[in-house]
Amino acid sequence: MSRQSVARAHQKIQELSWEPLYHEPVSQYGTDYTFQKAQKKDPLKQVLRSYFPMQEEKDHRVYGASDGAIRGNMFRQVQERWLEWQKLFLSIIPLPEISAARAMPLLFRTVPNPELHNGQAIQMIDEVRHSTIQQNLKRLYMNNYIDPAGFNNSLRNFQNDYCGTIGRQFAEGFITGDAITAASIYLTIVAETAFTNTLFVAMPAEAAANGDYLLPTVFHSVQSDESRHISNGYATLLMALADEGNHQLLERDLRYAWWNNHRVVDAAIGTFIEYGTKDRRKDRESYAEMWRRWIYDDYYRSYLVPLEKYGLVIPHDLIEESWNQIWNKGYVHEVAQFFSTGWLANYWRIDPMTDKDFEWFEYKYPGWYDRYGKWWENYNRLSTPNGHHPIVAEDVDYQYPHRCWTCMVPCLVREDMVIDEVDGQVRTYCHEACRWTDVTAFRPTYQGRQTPNMGQLIGAREWETLYHGWNWADVVTDMGYVRDDGKTLVAQPHLNLDPKKMWTLDHLRRMPPLQSPNVLLNEMTPEEREAFHANYVRGGPGGRPAPADA
Amino acid sequence: MTTATERSVPKPVFTDAEAGAKEFPDSTARRFNYYTPQKRKQTHYEDVTVEVQPDPRHYLSQGWLYGFSDGRGGYPLEWTTLKAWGSDRPVPKRGPGSGGKGYDWPAHGWHEFRDPNEEWELTLYRYNSNVVRQVNQNIEAARRSKAFDQWNPNWVRFVERNVGAWMHVDHGLGLYLFANANRRAPTNMHNNAISVNSMHLIRAAQDLALYNLTLSEEIDGFDGKAHVETWDSDPAWQGVRQTAEALTAVDDWCEAVFAANVVFEPLVGELFRSHLVQHAAPRNGDFVTPTVVGAGEYDYAERDLRYTKAMFELLTNDREFADHNKAIMQRWLSDWVSQAIKAARTLQPLWSQPDAKPPRFEDGLDRAKSRFSGILSDLGLDTPKELAQ
Repeated sequence: MSRQSVARAHQKIQELSWEPLYHEPVSQYGTDYTFQKAQKKDPLKQVLRSYFPMQEEKDHRVYGASDGAIRGNMFRQVQERWLEWQKLFLSIIPLPEISAARAMPLLFRTVPNPELHNGQAIQMIDEVRHSTIQQNLKRLYMNNYIDPAGFNNSLRNFQNDYCGTIGRQFAEGFITGDAITAASIYLTIVAETAFTNTLFVAMPAEAAANGDYLLPTVFHSVQSDESRHISNGYATLLMALADEGNHQLLERDLRYAWWNNHRVVDAAIGTFIEYGTKDRRKDRESYAEMWRRWIYDDYYRSYLVPLEKYGLVIPHDLIEESWNQIWNKGYVHEVAQFFSTGWLANYWRIDPMTDKDFEWFEYKYPGWYDRYGKWWENYNRLSTPNGHHPIVAEDVDYQYPHRCWTCMVPCLVREDMVIDEVDGQVRTYCHEACRWTDVTAFRPTYQGRQTPNMGQLIGAREWETLYHGWNWADVVTDMGYVRDDGKTLVAQPHLNLDPKKMWTLDHLRRMPPLQSPNVLLNEMTPEEREAFHANYVRGGPGGRPAPADA
Repeated sequence: MTTATERSVPKPVFTDAEAGAKEFPDSTARRFNYYTPQKRKQTHYEDVTVEVQPDPRHYLSQGWLYGFSDGRGGYPLEWTTLKAWGSDRPVPKRGPGSGGKGYDWPAHGWHEFRDPNEEWELTLYRYNSNVVRQVNQNIEAARRSKAFDQWNPNWVRFVERNVGAWMHVDHGLGLYLFANANRRAPTNMHNNAISVNSMHLIRAAQDLALYNLTLSEEIDGFDGKAHVETWDSDPAWQGVRQTAEALTAVDDWCEAVFAANVVFEPLVGELFRSHLVQHAAPRNGDFVTPTVVGAGEYDYAERDLRYTKAMFELLTNDREFADHNKAIMQRWLSDWVSQAIKAARTLQPLWSQPDAKPPRFEDGLDRAKSRFSGILSDLGLDTPKELAQ
């Protein structure tokens, strides 16, 4: 682009920054971290003169591929099982992206290094790119895929659905609370550096295997920006590590951010990859194998562990526990089963698993059939309306789970469920690490240290409570998940688009009312609760109620 | 004889999952149905922008999930003192059996704003790529034709000091006012427009810096660091610097955008760029600098001012809070016009520095004031008495 070298150009633009003489820039976000001014270099030396044409060229490739997909009738070869899950994914992801843009100003006043601010401003506009290019992909799916329902009301659905609420943490965690906790540790150090590998690399590969080459086109283009963002985070982390007073906070934030990302991202992406695919080749990697490669080896062992020598306390125990959850405790399978139990409260169709799927799962996850096979057979049996209720209201040996107050994924690995009374409410947590996040981390003191800038967990965090006592038909109507005939549900537990096979509000009207587990728990006496808890943790796997005492 | 083992690859499968393959409820419902377009048809820009940033007053049934230490989450409307209709409606209370419905969309007037530039990623990269390409080509053509040899020494000094000093204004406002403000507004339409504005300024600052680098390489004796000293200590620039710093210190995001784009840019930015540099350069043998400075001028005059006017017109014509908003904006005008005029007048010695003089400072300022009054008139605001200073 220019005859000047990038290094000289980048060096020149460092002359742009200046120390205020008359007024300090407004300081709107607080942190309990402390930073010394340091000449930490912007490692990528990005200059807008080359940045804009580079991004434009990437756009040319993305939009050229989009045109090609339409002209070549890509949708004749797309697996509906896969595209249906994209109704959830593409409703979630534009918000985390744009939230990352909004997060960058949190770092301007808290990280005193103008050279890094340049990189953060470029990250800001990258994220605007990601958010709108992903919205555009969704728009293309809506216009060209056989079933537009669920894409067409995407951003209403995302905002009132319990899956959307789980995913929303992956956005709101970036923009509020302690500025460094949010915009640096949670966003760049953990979410972007670790989990975008599964989001933007592993998942697009699965899309391609299901006939969709647009998702990889868009998301690999997005991922090519992530290396810059990872460098932003790394530079800030090294500055934070330089002050020993920050080490205690870094330990806290890594524990929270790691665990929350694991709970949220592995739940969603694991489900998409394992239950949204029709590719059952035995040599294709399972989510567990991908996780081991992309997150355990590439992130944990190659990125995090070397930082230990700088004083970073790494949550080895939680990383091993995350693997334990995925490999031994069936975390992803439990989540997929739960999403499918509650299919009627969603806005996409969930294809039943077949014998071919069963065989693959058993091969990749030995023991899978004993845990989940029977339930999926019941799901298949109950998938078209035939005088019975949706599976959630039928006796299929499944106990509807309690909601984790922190990560909002339900307490699916039953043995790990923790109950505590916090802020005047009896709350359930899916794991001790989530209880710790609420009770210990998100508080104004931490291990005796004042942390006045730490954020709060707020909001109506159990979806079921909003609809306690409601008829399911009214719930679905209230959320707006009804097709344009005024009665057929957007969601279906199968892929058959024959209107006679599709569930309607009339079917739901006959169901018993929805009950909030948390409301019921709070109505119990302490003794009843204790007994309930003892029973709950004996339940599972696969959502089975605790066996009756002999 | 060798046998080839079949590679393990996913097999293409004919699924017939394209639009129109079957008829069923919603099979033709191919538009986003959760918002009302500004005009008759939904635009591409609206589809990729509207409602990405949620609002607990309409669909966000469980509310914000993460808060600051004071418990406030998301994008509080109170981050500006201006109000759009419906701003005083409380966020719906949620509890056992409350359901999740909020107010009908858009719930309040902030959501009615649309960027008339319709900026999203495709447009912003196309636009800015074109600008940097053209600016580079202009500079390169000038370099090859030895155009800088025509500059007289006084003009060289003028460019190295004064044109160079403006890069600091663009950089400071781009980063610490506009990029900062992209976290503050209550809708995605506002914040995206503001972030694009931010990139215009940061790019313009870098355009000037890299132009300065080229001049250091091409002109003997061109002091590539003189802009720093000018910005730091030249008395003529301290009014501009003081105002620019004051702009980055504003807490209220609407006030910051208003003060920068409605007051500072027409009264100081355009005065400097259009009424000084653009007029003086050709007379001093310089046809290149106006093309670099002109790119930034176009950003402001044709794009950033355009969205700013649309944003504030909604508020001065708001069906519930027009008077409230106008009263506040008039106060802002009194405060910022005073500072801007002072900054402009402090710049006046620059007009006498080139050998071939530009039109008189007072004439330029009058034209800037006239342009500014026109903007206020479009917004339904009164010209403040401070303009006469």
